[in-house]
Amino acid sequence: MSTQVKKKRAKFQWSDAYLYLIPWLIGILVFRLYPFIEAFRISLFNQRIGRPTEFVGLGNFTEILFGDSMHGNLFRHSLNVTFRYVFLTVPLVLIFALFIAFILNFKIKGIGFFRTAFYIPSILGGSVSVALLWRAVWGNRGLINSFIVIIVNGLNFLPFVNIYAPEGWVPVGWMVQGGTALVVMAILRAWQFGSAMLIFLSALQNVPATLYEAASIDGAKKWRQFFTITVPIITPTILFNGIQLLTAAFQEFNAAYLVPAQPGGPNNATLLLNIFIYQRAFEQNNFGIAAAASWIMFIIVMIIATIVQTTSSKWVHYND
Amino acid sequence: MTFSVKTKLLNALRYLVLGLVALIMLYPLLWMIAGIWRPNDEIFTSAGLMPQNPVDGFENIRNGWMVQGRSLLFYFGNTLRFLIPRVVGQVVSCVLTAYAITRFEFKGKKIVFALVLATLLMPEVIFRIPLFQMYSGDNPFGINLLGTFMPLWLENAFATGSFFVYMLVQFMRGIPRDLDEAAKIDGCNSFQTLTLILLPVMKPAVITVGLLTFMWGMNDFIGPLIYIRQPEMRVLQQALRVGSEAGDGGVIWGQIFAMSVMALIPAILLFFVAQRYFMDGIASTGSKE
Repeated sequence: MSTQVKKKRAKFQWSDAYLYLIPWLIGILVFRLYPFIEAFRISLFNQRIGRPTEFVGLGNFTEILFGDSMHGNLFRHSLNVTFRYVFLTVPLVLIFALFIAFILNFKIKGIGFFRTAFYIPSILGGSVSVALLWRAVWGNRGLINSFIVIIVNGLNFLPFVNIYAPEGWVPVGWMVQGGTALVVMAILRAWQFGSAMLIFLSALQNVPATLYEAASIDGAKKWRQFFTITVPIITPTILFNGIQLLTAAFQEFNAAYLVPAQPGGPNNATLLLNIFIYQRAFEQNNFGIAAAASWIMFIIVMIIATIVQTTSSKWVHYND
Repeated sequence: MTFSVKTKLLNALRYLVLGLVALIMLYPLLWMIAGIWRPNDEIFTSAGLMPQNPVDGFENIRNGWMVQGRSLLFYFGNTLRFLIPRVVGQVVSCVLTAYAITRFEFKGKKIVFALVLATLLMPEVIFRIPLFQMYSGDNPFGINLLGTFMPLWLENAFATGSFFVYMLVQFMRGIPRDLDEAAKIDGCNSFQTLTLILLPVMKPAVITVGLLTFMWGMNDFIGPLIYIRQPEMRVLQQALRVGSEAGDGGVIWGQIFAMSVMALIPAILLFFVAQRYFMDGIASTGSKE
């Protein structure tokens, strides 16, 4: 990630460096390394209330990965939900953020207003307030369905159209059906595209104008310039945003816990891994299963991040 | 079509798209504010903003202000009780760590930075259960921190916010070395160099770290969910959840909206006061350096 400093200059030889690193050292040992290993140790045990803790080896891992038990079935379902959520959310946010940043980059007047308007949801996004708002917006009679009713009734202005929305009609049960509930979660995340957009915008503004000038002499169209010049240059930023969004999406909790009437609902349709783990650990006191699940999540995130990083040499363009 | 007409049309199209997106972004928030003056059945049938049969919105505001006999201000006070130490601890420890990484040669420096980057990607959830057990008394000192706010900020005082260490490292690399060399010649020790010379230059980055920690911490829900059990210690986000649950008379959405809007005010105010630091700070994290 870092580029080598070309000019080698003698740095200070103060041994104080270790002194300044003391907080970090305590932090990495006590709050990162120890819990990391301890989580694995916990995952090797079966804890049940009223019974002694027993060593089960990798039993918790095999149970949730392959076992035909309540935990196993729910975990694999949760893994499925999480993957669908992640692969729905990340491209959605990336494309949307890049598209808006692309438009904002055209010397738009009032850019300040738009940047602010687009960033506000990111500031408020994870709060309970917004989760409650989202519940109302996507409810059976929420804002979205109200709009659909208005649009359907509005069609009557067209000649030969004679359909009216019946009284009390629910066009889409967004939060009642499993399939759409997860989409609603993804849209809530897309609504908070502001951070990714700002990062893209700053990358776009750093693309040397001379590149475009050369291209416009060649007569390349704006949209072609975008794909042939802009996108290759900002691939490092796409990679950065992608990995940030990916790890965040895998760990999403608030939306799926707070927006549905039941956490992870309806019918576990939004039971993201983080909620599965929380419920095992802190509602059922089943720390063994929860720790095993969190280790599996860690391994998955690491594998995906490694794949993205290693393949990045094929598609990420570093100009140094 | 002439060139200038085409340009104008394209420009209009851009404004149309941006305006539409801005409207979609902000409309739900405006609809929520309008909902304070609406009865339930109107909230759930109308997509417009003007209330048709307005109710007494100020009553919703008064009722929404109190959750289980305590005001939102009280709960916000609880939020500050873990948030202020978290911000201070995060800023101080991350600055010291970034200082050591960028301004010193020492053995193991590469390993330190590699570990910062590695923890950047690790899902927090993997630390959660052992940390919970540690905070609830399973530690060498046998100290039980449940019932205090410490589990919500303690680790931040030890530079575990890798994202911010990384951000500060990027920023400090951009500050010319000449500055600290001059300071050294003038007889400053390394700590004076940091506090007297570098910190003033780093002010924007430091403010960004503090603000983002504050803003994200204000929305922290899972932390309090795990550690804060006593009603009198509930933080603002928990109070909102409690306040949204139906009482005997069912859910009054106007009141929930009033409560939610009031709870968003601190974040919105802070954002507008310090907008520059948010925007620039976020934008700078993506630089590929």
